Amino acid sequence: MPLQVADTLAPDTPDKEYLWTLNFGPQHPATHTTLRLVLTLDGEKVVNAVPHIGYLHSGFEKLGEHLDFNQYVTIVDRMNYLSPLANEIAWHHAVEKLLGIELTPRCKYIRTIFSELLRIQDHLLNVGTSALDLGAFTAFLYCFTQREKIYDIIELASGQRFHSSYTRVGGVMFDVNDLWVRKVRDFIDGLPKTHDEVHRLLTRNRIFIDRIKGVGVLTKEDAINFSVSGPVARASGVVRDIRKDEPYLCYKDFDFKVICSQNGDCYARYLVRMGEIIESLKIIQQALENIPTGPINVDVDSRVVLPAKPAVYRSIEGLIQHFEVIMPNRGYSAPKDEVYAAVEAPNGELGFYLVSDGTNRAYRARTRPPSFIHFSVFPHMIKGHMLSDVVAVLGSLNIIAAELDR
Amino acid sequence: MIEESTLKQQFGDGIWISEFRDNRRVVVSAEQVHHLLAHLKNQLGFDFLVDITAVDYLEYENSTDRFGVVYCLLNMQTGERLVVKTFVNDPNPSLPTVYSLWRGSDWMEREVYDMFGITFTGHPDLRRILSPDEFSSYPLRKDYPLKGRGERHNFPVITRAES
Amino acid sequence: MAVGLPENVFLTKLDVAANWVRSNSLWPMPFATACCGIELMATASSRFDLARFGAEVMRFSPRQCDLLIVAGRVVMKMLPVLQRIWLQMPEPKWCISMGACACSGGVFDTYAVVQGIDRFIPVDLYVPGCPPRPEQLIAGIIELQDRIKKTGTLDGREFVTRTAATGPQPLELDEIRRLREATPVAGLEIFSTPDIKT
Ligand code: SF4
Repeated sequence: MPLQVADTLAPDTPDKEYLWTLNFGPQHPATHTTLRLVLTLDGEKVVNAVPHIGYLHSGFEKLGEHLDFNQYVTIVDRMNYLSPLANEIAWHHAVEKLLGIELTPRCKYIRTIFSELLRIQDHLLNVGTSALDLGAFTAFLYCFTQREKIYDIIELASGQRFHSSYTRVGGVMFDVNDLWVRKVRDFIDGLPKTHDEVHRLLTRNRIFIDRIKGVGVLTKEDAINFSVSGPVARASGVVRDIRKDEPYLCYKDFDFKVICSQNGDCYARYLVRMGEIIESLKIIQQALENIPTGPINVDVDSRVVLPAKPAVYRSIEGLIQHFEVIMPNRGYSAPKDEVYAAVEAPNGELGFYLVSDGTNRAYRARTRPPSFIHFSVFPHMIKGHMLSDVVAVLGSLNIIAAELDR
Repeated sequence: MIEESTLKQQFGDGIWISEFRDNRRVVVSAEQVHHLLAHLKNQLGFDFLVDITAVDYLEYENSTDRFGVVYCLLNMQTGERLVVKTFVNDPNPSLPTVYSLWRGSDWMEREVYDMFGITFTGHPDLRRILSPDEFSSYPLRKDYPLKGRGERHNFPVITRAES
Repeated sequence: MAVGLPENVFLTKLDVAANWVRSNSLWPMPFATACCGIELMATASSRFDLARFGAEVMRFSPRQCDLLIVAGRVVMKMLPVLQRIWLQMPEPKWCISMGACACSGGVFDTYAVVQGIDRFIPVDLYVPGCPPRPEQLIAGIIELQDRIKKTGTLDGREFVTRTAATGPQPLELDEIRRLREATPVAGLEIFSTPDIKT
């Protein structure tokens, strides 16, 4: 049971001399990235925490106003860099909603598989590093081995292992082949073993449990009031998953569960993530067996996607269309309107608010970053806990600085 | 589903609803926005604030107002989404804060202030959040250049010999 | 009578001995800000295993390190921190700039991102790529080790001559061009940071 702040502060000591201030970050191993916390401590108890962010603010949204819909995908990649492809899918989901494009079935399946692979990748790293911060090094290495396999799968499909820039408006860059399918299959065969090992290492580990159980509790009411989403909210008992509630891509076709917990502490968040890995595996399994054949890009006549290479070289129409799409002043035009679209990214609801002025670049491309909102809850969650719990709570929230600051 | 007529009864004719794809949008004047949001939250069950953001319409065709402030709401029970939009203008663009309704709005409003210079009256801690405290412009306004005004070059240089 | 050397004694210069020791026990300080930091983690973990090359003792305190690896973009709020960390590291020290962002700003030619850390702190080696593959980073570290072996001196004489900043100066031609692109507006003072060296 966390101590109440009121216990530690006698109200009649006006200057509170016994409190001291600790600066945490911006370059600190437990933050993984660049955050800064100014903690007010009473002995080892955290009385107040003031986050200072912006140490990685690099103007993503301003760049989004200067690059066109396809170019900006290279930038959104760099947003949540634990799962770059998930951002691309979210971005193009918003763009396609603005343009009113309905994807081809094959493309939908490919994107679904990728977004689930990336969810696994994100959760694996989060589980690994949050254990690493609490002193369990082995799980981190096990998780990283599996992550490397996902990198290989991405590399095979797109040519880059990290920032793949794989999606395009109305489709994806390359089609996948049989080797890729085999690789994914290998991966889903191998992952449960690692998952079990991590389970055995951590889930009933006395030290691990003692460090995170009952720490950083977020109640359901607070979770809703603070706009928290994704695994963090589900660990607090908010039953909401955009994949189920507003199915996009082809999540309607699959059978999977939404993992929730009621405790809302760090341990619950850890368990929810571990559970989601298994659910994602299920989705991939179902999707992989049912990938439809057909084109990966929407109809060539729609003037949004690049035509196939043979068409460019063999027919004048294809060449003209290629030219029209590539030339900056001849590109397609979007409706002059505004749209908000969100997907369930590994970290929570990742949405884009797009304002279009009728050209092929966004007038305003606002990101709704889950990390930003989760970190704003942090002071509320840490009050009354010990200094050493700071890393546990930070680890369980999965704060990604580039998404936090953009 | 929010009906235009019921809202009109409560808030007068200054309110209109439009639809695009699956987004429903309510546009309301800056004076009424807090009232409307409170009504939406307390009576109509929009208990989840998804996002607050702003748009600078300086270079937008046929626009009459400088800034649009956008609130995206979500009803947790029914899953219904609603976008509430309002406009503010120079000088001194300002809106009442919604911190009393949703505590999650704290940082979102600070970000809008930092990026656009729109102040939220009544906000408990309205400081810059992403840019440094000494920064003097609002980077997401359209009259601020993408590459800045040279702020990024304004630092002391350390050479190898002297460090 | 000529005195022969016993079998297991070598004659060498003190410089060379020091270089040999230094180059094989680099202690990196990972200044990981963004995506490149994840690749840095991957380099240190099981598949690529930086430990094979004697540079795996990551220490997060600058006081214990002699190799600063700047992985990821550095923005104007972060640069004073970076400079401070660099000044806190004990001699002899080296700096690797990992990734396009740290080297030149990369894709982020925006108001907030410093266009290459070499403008403001000295850099010894650049590892290009966005992000560089782990193999590439390892190649960079080996290259740096070679360089230390070849050019290092016991008392750091090779550092004393480097009196100019490594990167382009803020007012070189391409910089002026960049600045001109940003339309200046009268009456807006440019923001400045306090001099941290004092
Ligand atoms: S170089 Fe690329 S991978 Fe590295 S920090 Fe910059 S954007 Fe990220």
